[in-house]
Amino acid sequence: MWEYDPVMFSRTLTGLTLAFHIIYATIGVGIPLMIAIAQWIGIKKNDEHYILLARRWTRGFVITVAVGVVTGTAIGLQLSLLWPNFMELAGHVISLPLFMETFAFFFEAIFLGIYLYTWDRFENQKKHMLLLIPVAIGASFSAFFITMVNAFMNTPEGFDIVNGALVNVDPIAAMFNPATPTKVAHVLTTAYMTSAFVLGSIAAFHLFRGRNHVYHKKSLYLMMKVGLIFSIATVIVGDFSGKFLAEYQPEKLAAAEWHFETEEKAPLMMFGWIDDNGEVQGAIEIPYALSILAHSDPTAEVTGLNEFPEDERPPLIVHYFFDLMVSIGIFLTLISLFYWFGIGRGWKIVEKKFFNFLLVLSGPLAIVAIEMGWFYAEFGRQPWILRGFMKTPEGATSAAYVDTMLFLFVGLYAVLGTASAIVLTKMFKNNPVEKELEEHALERGDR
Amino acid sequence: MDLAIVGISVLWLFLFGYIIIASIDFGAGFFSAYSELANTKHILHHIIQRYLSPVWEVTNVFLVFFFVGMVGFFPSAAFYYGTILLVPVSISNVLLAIRGSYYAFQTYGVKDSKIYTFLYGVAGLLIPASLSIVLTISEGGFVEMVDGNPVLLYEKLFFSPLTWSIVILSVVSVLYISATFLTAYADIAKDFDARRLLRKYALAWSGPTILSATLIIWQLRQHNFSHFEKIMDIWWIFALSGVFFVITVALLWMKKYYSLAFWSLIIQFSLAFFGYGISHYPYLLYPYLTIYDGFTNDAMATALIIAFIAGFALLIPSIWLLARLFLFNKSYVRGEKGKGGY
Repeated sequence: MWEYDPVMFSRTLTGLTLAFHIIYATIGVGIPLMIAIAQWIGIKKNDEHYILLARRWTRGFVITVAVGVVTGTAIGLQLSLLWPNFMELAGHVISLPLFMETFAFFFEAIFLGIYLYTWDRFENQKKHMLLLIPVAIGASFSAFFITMVNAFMNTPEGFDIVNGALVNVDPIAAMFNPATPTKVAHVLTTAYMTSAFVLGSIAAFHLFRGRNHVYHKKSLYLMMKVGLIFSIATVIVGDFSGKFLAEYQPEKLAAAEWHFETEEKAPLMMFGWIDDNGEVQGAIEIPYALSILAHSDPTAEVTGLNEFPEDERPPLIVHYFFDLMVSIGIFLTLISLFYWFGIGRGWKIVEKKFFNFLLVLSGPLAIVAIEMGWFYAEFGRQPWILRGFMKTPEGATSAAYVDTMLFLFVGLYAVLGTASAIVLTKMFKNNPVEKELEEHALERGDR
Repeated sequence: MDLAIVGISVLWLFLFGYIIIASIDFGAGFFSAYSELANTKHILHHIIQRYLSPVWEVTNVFLVFFFVGMVGFFPSAAFYYGTILLVPVSISNVLLAIRGSYYAFQTYGVKDSKIYTFLYGVAGLLIPASLSIVLTISEGGFVEMVDGNPVLLYEKLFFSPLTWSIVILSVVSVLYISATFLTAYADIAKDFDARRLLRKYALAWSGPTILSATLIIWQLRQHNFSHFEKIMDIWWIFALSGVFFVITVALLWMKKYYSLAFWSLIIQFSLAFFGYGISHYPYLLYPYLTIYDGFTNDAMATALIIAFIAGFALLIPSIWLLARLFLFNKSYVRGEKGKGGY
């Protein structure tokens, strides 16, 4: 018989909300920066194509922000609705960044509203662009604060537990816990990277369909360049993350790498599977790589998963999440590098259709990598909700009807996902670039 | 003054802010839908759109502020209310999500559809109704402790007259607040047709508002006598609120000083809202949770208050800018500037 298990349903619903929200949240953090870059270049070069890029991206951005806002509200509420026991404990220590995130978002929302409605109100374009700075800062600070909360769940600090009571609470120490620097850096760089590839792949799509307007070419080139810069930044941050994990959360790294026995000169395993005897089969083995990732030293000892009690080991599936995330990251770095080189050297291949198709894939792939990264982050923390202090089932609600709520939200996200996709497509199809450029040219002619 | 009182006062202020601006928003959505049915769309559409467009995101943030702050200052409230409110708040959440995102979809994306406008209008009334359940539950009597966990008594809640009175108050006051604001807004915009119609709505919803509020106080006498007694201890606050209600209605009636009428309405509601809050003290949830046993540690409370002040110092100028550019900028309100600028 089907047994009602609020923990399982709470986990599923939270996972679903996060998986949906993170798409909109990630591009919500990154796109304001891209808009600012485009508008800045447009002003500098006095090139209306870049200005129009900024303008059109902003219009699309408003739609994704709307979905980001409402799903963000959903996850904010669900933290308390589905994890009341966890929030009661964590609220004492980590509510400060949650609270500040609201301010950051508020700040962003206000200036986005102003920016949106004042395109033609300023004689000086630069003044209008200034409005974007608080938008971009607000967006990035939202990510900064929220990621701190997630970092805290991985390496909780800033309090002591004496006889079951929380004492010596230090909200600042909790915010700047050991996981914060690498996690925040990773979230921000990947958000910028993903946004660049998503916008780049839209341009690539138009070129792929044979719309060869120079507007799309400029957009693609700009976004691939920005994407490349942040990909490289992500690789560097990723390396730091590996070292952080090896020191503070070795079980998470070990589970991702299927590294069972503690050993020196540890190799890195990519993909593969585990046979009936518990042996890793068919994996691509890169010698010394895990030791280098963990400790910057090919001979260093890396802690294996077997060092941890069986009921405190993350599920082994995180290996695939991790590998997929890393592979996509490397692929995106290489392809944008190749494209950038190719354009500079005048290689014919980067204009070819099949290559264009690869660039079309870059956006969706970047989103997949974001999802995989968060799946890894969340599954990799299991069985803990607050590592070392509270296991996930202890944090969950005891309420009835979590299953019904799960279905309710599945419906909601289906509607929101479809509707936002339809609206975005219609919006740009009904008002193609060429038409808008013509209108702007006419306007200038009239003056 | 102790930190718990500072905390709850700040949160109560945010909730009040949410109630006012969300009421304006929800009511505007409803009137806009109603005008479609009553064939008065040409009168109201313009004024409502001009008001709603730049502020839609801001409204939601007030609500988020409130509940995030609640968890911060009173983590035990997260435990009690989080467990109890799963179903009612999830429903509000879904309605808010649909309404909020669809507003953006239609304003920035596709053209209006009638069905959508209708749903948008109705959702605007269902949201306050479903959120008002929280206030009902806080009065006690609808929650039972089972194995140390609070459990909501759905049936009892559904069949309680108090529940429905509060639902009615939430809906009619949304319409009253919104109509009064929009009357003043139309007056600034010198949109006299809209003003005439909205003034009629405002007057029509004023009576039901005051009646349902009185009804609730009377019902509390049966439901939660100790709360009722505390309301009676500060009866003068509610009486003063009543005076401002009369002033608002009188000004609307005389067709004069519409902005003043709206400010008088704000004073009326703030008196009633804070009077209610004070009489509710010290309980967050009768009889299980007070602001003292649910309060966070002093370090966190201090940090939150500092963050709050710093954040506010940042926000006040920004909100002022927003208001100056859109809400109270006469040429924008009249539609002379920034037309479809985005």
